[in-house]
Amino acid sequence: MLKVNNIETWYDLIRALHGISFEVKEGTIVALLGSNGAGKTTTLKTIMRLLYDLREEQPEKGTIEFMGVRIDRKDTEEIVRMGISYVPEGREVFPELTVAENILMGAYTRKDRKGVKEDMERLMARFPILAERRNQEAGYLSGGEQQMLAIARALMSRPKLLMLDEPSLGLSPLLTKQIFDIIKELNEKDGVTILLVEQNVNMALKYAHFAYLMENGRIVRADRPEVLREDEDVKEFYLGIATEQSVKGFKRYRRKVRFR
Amino acid sequence: MYGQLIVEGLSIGACYAVFGIAVVIIYKTSEVINFAQGEMAMISTFVAYHILNVYGWPFWYAFIGALFFAVLLGVFIEVCFLRPAKDPTVLGLIVITLGAEMLLMGLASWKWGAEQKDFALPFSFHKTHELFKGVVINDWSIAVFVMAAVLMIFLYIFFRYTKLGVAMRATQQNEHAARIMGIKVERVFSFAWGFSSLIGALAGMFFAARSTLDPAYMMEPFLRAFAAAVLGGLMSIPGVVIGGGILGILENFVGFHWPAWKPIVAFLVIVAVLCIRPSGLFARHYEKKV
Repeated sequence: MLKVNNIETWYDLIRALHGISFEVKEGTIVALLGSNGAGKTTTLKTIMRLLYDLREEQPEKGTIEFMGVRIDRKDTEEIVRMGISYVPEGREVFPELTVAENILMGAYTRKDRKGVKEDMERLMARFPILAERRNQEAGYLSGGEQQMLAIARALMSRPKLLMLDEPSLGLSPLLTKQIFDIIKELNEKDGVTILLVEQNVNMALKYAHFAYLMENGRIVRADRPEVLREDEDVKEFYLGIATEQSVKGFKRYRRKVRFR
Repeated sequence: MYGQLIVEGLSIGACYAVFGIAVVIIYKTSEVINFAQGEMAMISTFVAYHILNVYGWPFWYAFIGALFFAVLLGVFIEVCFLRPAKDPTVLGLIVITLGAEMLLMGLASWKWGAEQKDFALPFSFHKTHELFKGVVINDWSIAVFVMAAVLMIFLYIFFRYTKLGVAMRATQQNEHAARIMGIKVERVFSFAWGFSSLIGALAGMFFAARSTLDPAYMMEPFLRAFAAAVLGGLMSIPGVVIGGGILGILENFVGFHWPAWKPIVAFLVIVAVLCIRPSGLFARHYEKKV
């Protein structure tokens, strides 16, 4: 469905993505994992073409294909219309708009008024908390409610592919689980394909069908979660399961990684 | 006597308010204070004057023509002056509007000359109606009140119930998120400038009818309207209307008792508001960077 082929993105003179490639197959949940500064968010922004301001040609190299059409030179608006939605890091709801207005803004690119209304009612039924706070300003919602609002807002454009940037950011483990359950449900019931960016590797590996591990702007591992879970490096550096207790082990904090 | 002062004050206050709304609309979408607002209205009024006196067309043609021109001018300034700014800061954009102001003023002096001209609306000052015993209201004031009221209702509906209006508010609150929603942020800005220029031109014609028409005639009304907007918090449209009313009445009272002090009332209001309550009387928005 989404095919990213060897893209490079630059922030002025710094190369943030060193040519990464990955694929998201229709109907799956794909996770993009890695620590701070690995380039996960940059990848999503490059796909949405939000870095257009920095330089005309973003990504500098490589291609992005969505449903067989190249989108790496299209406007954000057009990309949204083609069926990609993006839930940005840190929610970014419109604080002074009401919950209902926020959700309607998600349907900005749609023209069919009746369909928008129906979709809105469906979403309200699905997120009862949002229905309750329908006319409240979004800035007064709690973090978890804001995250649900951001997801609901993104769903209003009827996306085929939903990209979520750290949905667990700043949420309690219980709420994180709730959000992940919603994501899973969206995937299974509504057939929305999901590209998930996470730092919470443990959680993401539980829900994803396939995962890519990023480090310093490169993809270093790509495998099914079951395999990644058993990977020595992933265990030690991301899941926090120490395997070696010897002095030798401490020294080997930098291991050789094969870049692909 | 005081009743008359209040009526007069409210009518000029409503005119400040309408012009203040123009300032607020641009500030609301982009946090830029448009110092060229007055001169944009001035040029538009000159266009109406030109159509009236050079082409000799009827007033309403000139009126509509000037409003149409105002929209084009607003969009033109946004697209040609503000958008090309590289890595713009709010301060940089404000300085650009100052430059645009001088440019427009020079242009008007060159085209129409600096001498004062008469510009009349079909609403005269001499036709008066008695409201209560001893309190009269003239046609000009009635027209201003009607314009302000219609505009308020229209803007309320526009910002609350139309997709574009809500998108404008959304853009102001979070430009990045607005982009993600597929809102064409640049287009929203252009629209805001065109719209605000139109409202400014409306008020500009009323001011011209009250005083005279020359390239500098909007300087003072702009400052007054700016004071009204600051008083109302620069963000809320009801705020600027109430601010305009308060300023108009205040000015009229001071002008009645100490005529020499009338011109500085607006400055005193700006200074006092910035000292005591910088966010204005009706500000209720989330503190942003700034």
